[in-house]
Amino acid sequence: MAKTYAEINEKIKKGQAVIVTAEEIIDIVEDKGIKKAAQEVDVVTTGTFGPMCSSGAFLNFGHTQPRIKIGGGHAYLNNVPAYAGLAAVDVYIGATAIPDDDPRNKVYPGEFEYGGGHVIEELVAGKDVRLEVSSYGTDCYPRRKLETLVNIKDINEAVLFSPRNAYQNYNCAVNLAERIIYTYMGVLQPNLGNATFCSAAQLSPLLNDPLYRTIGIGTKIFLGGGTGFVAWHGTQHNPAVKRKDNETPQAGAGTLAVIGDLKQMKPAWLRGSSFLGYGATLTVGIGVPIPILDEEICRNTAVRNRDIWTQVVDYGKNYPNNIAGSLGEVNYEQLFNGEIEVQGKKLAATPLSSYAKAREIAGILKTWIKKGEFTLTEPVQTLPGLESGATVKSLRERPIKQSKSERRD
Amino acid sequence: MIVSRKIILHFPKDMVEQPLVSRLAKDFDLEFNILKASVTPNEEGIMHLAIKGEKGNYSKGVEYLTKAGVKVQQMGQEIKRNDDRCTHCGLCVSVCPTPALVIDKKTREVVFDSGHCVACEMCVRVCPVKAMEIRF
Repeated sequence: MAKTYAEINEKIKKGQAVIVTAEEIIDIVEDKGIKKAAQEVDVVTTGTFGPMCSSGAFLNFGHTQPRIKIGGGHAYLNNVPAYAGLAAVDVYIGATAIPDDDPRNKVYPGEFEYGGGHVIEELVAGKDVRLEVSSYGTDCYPRRKLETLVNIKDINEAVLFSPRNAYQNYNCAVNLAERIIYTYMGVLQPNLGNATFCSAAQLSPLLNDPLYRTIGIGTKIFLGGGTGFVAWHGTQHNPAVKRKDNETPQAGAGTLAVIGDLKQMKPAWLRGSSFLGYGATLTVGIGVPIPILDEEICRNTAVRNRDIWTQVVDYGKNYPNNIAGSLGEVNYEQLFNGEIEVQGKKLAATPLSSYAKAREIAGILKTWIKKGEFTLTEPVQTLPGLESGATVKSLRERPIKQSKSERRD
Repeated sequence: MIVSRKIILHFPKDMVEQPLVSRLAKDFDLEFNILKASVTPNEEGIMHLAIKGEKGNYSKGVEYLTKAGVKVQQMGQEIKRNDDRCTHCGLCVSVCPTPALVIDKKTREVVFDSGHCVACEMCVRVCPVKAMEIRF
């Protein structure tokens, strides 16, 4: 008994579709069995809300009088540098960009109070943002300086386009070093003092579709409180990691590149964030609907925290030196219960991705689909899977030999 | 009735050298635990105390300190959470030295119980969205 996207969408339009969240499907499968659950349920909604550094937005401001060519010049939004290597009035503001005069880690650990993620949050909140541009002037774009307020409602386009979001699983971080460290995984106390982790686990999009059977290019999603699409597989997409019998990867694996209209999004789901001693970033809310086309897909969505495992990684020495290795494997039931054991030592585990917000996102997406406001899209192409041979490599550094003509004294 | 309270003592600079706090135990039978202190001569001294004892004795002890010229402030009013900003990510829980910040196992939300807060301010420093605020 297989269903099609068209059949499910027909039911959604008639208000007859059965939509449940990735938490609710667990009990349904438990009570009714996989066969009945797969027949009855049409869509399972997922959610995740966590810091995602590879995020950012393209903005087109419209032309000035006289014209200015931001491309090749310098552009700042609320003092945060935006990428200006595009055409005349397009820029890209990245989540981790920080003002040139931010003290960074000079006073350690730095606070990174304001960055690109905060600019995006303020734009989405409808606040005026200060745009400052300096450029070189050309015959067709004579102007060299621009200082103005801009507002998302007035500019031509504001498009969130993030090359890597929604990681399918992530490390559990600990610290074997003898000093406290400040990382993107939070504050890690010395000598295995604590552990942190960052996944919505049983609610997380790609952990509910571990082999990318339904989530692919063109999949319509909840993105930052609005709707968006999966644009491509994310950078560092790595399907080839070790997997459990239930197909879930035992470490960070697949990723998504996502795109959507920033103008429809909401600041509650795109939050500028500061990580002590690390940097600024953007916390992003993403939810993906999974059509229950068959029993296998249904079984995958019923995965529980206790059946999803991840690796404990030392951020004191191994991670910074890019030395592979795991100190052990733990599951998300243990992590969410707040205690794990590493090298015979019990340590407290705390999250940095909001499970409460992930649950809220899955609930909102469920409501949208129930109301018939949101229908499902069939991917135009699937993401690279195990068969693709795609892997993630470290950079192989090679010395640069200068030719005589390049050498300068 | 036994009460436990957390207070912040502000010592004017000329009083820093007087042994006032020890008298809480000696004269008023109060147990105290120093949570945080910065007491330097020629500057105002600040001490964070957790105090436990008979309610009457606690009142008398605080009265004694106040009369001696120490400004006594109730703690727990110091750290506030801006609930509109909090995303319940859980990062603050990892640095909180007390059970003031815990994750509710059911709702998965971070619960802030100011009764346990010792105002160490670690949560203020690490909160990625600046939801934890110091209020005076």
